[in-house]
Amino acid sequence: MADQLLDVKGLNCPLPILKSKKALKDLPIGGTLQVVATDPGAVKDFEAFCRTTGNQLVESKVEGKVFSFLIKRTA
Amino acid sequence: MASEASNKPKSMSIIVTKGTLDWAYPPFILTTTAAAMGLDVTMFFTFYGLTLLKRNLDLKVTTLGNPAMKMPMMGMHMAMPNLLSAMPGAGSMATAMMKNLIKKKGVASIDELRQMAIDADVKMIACQMTMDLFEYKMEDLIEGPVLGGAATYIESAMNCDINLFI
Repeated sequence: MADQLLDVKGLNCPLPILKSKKALKDLPIGGTLQVVATDPGAVKDFEAFCRTTGNQLVESKVEGKVFSFLIKRTA
Repeated sequence: MASEASNKPKSMSIIVTKGTLDWAYPPFILTTTAAAMGLDVTMFFTFYGLTLLKRNLDLKVTTLGNPAMKMPMMGMHMAMPNLLSAMPGAGSMATAMMKNLIKKKGVASIDELRQMAIDADVKMIACQMTMDLFEYKMEDLIEGPVLGGAATYIESAMNCDINLFI
């Protein structure tokens, strides 16, 4: 279970990333954020975002039309 | 010296030259995202791009001379012939349709993205020459932008990893 849940369903690029960044900033280092989104572009975007910022993309999965990402704040 | 250089965050600059509702998106989407990814970001607003710094945004879009802009009409996507695009009211209609689509598709508004850019400490430079040319006053603009010219931009671009012109 993540420390925080962020629902960005229905939002389009770049809002899922921007809102996630904001939510991550409020977490302590080591804290986890679960993001649920419906933007298919978010899959590649969260990978790039985590690679670039050094945060850890623990899990990326899709259930039907909902994409779910588990991010651990490491940076 | 080498370690100092590698510790420096990556950076990006964008020259913003267009001031229509559609063309306002690429610069603000890219700068807010780059800032979220930890980059230092600079935007240089010149010519029609300067309108994006106005306190009250009243952005419009036109289908005139833009055959690539196809709007949903009668169950399909159609480009509007230039002759119709030139009719009074056609621009307002296209703008209303675009704003409606933006809302429906969960796309951020330009006001929202601009505020996010400001909150993320994106550095904004307003072109002094354009201010003069179009007779803008400082009080017409939002708070935050600094005035500058080509040399100010070039100096900042020299140190950037990514430099874009939009």
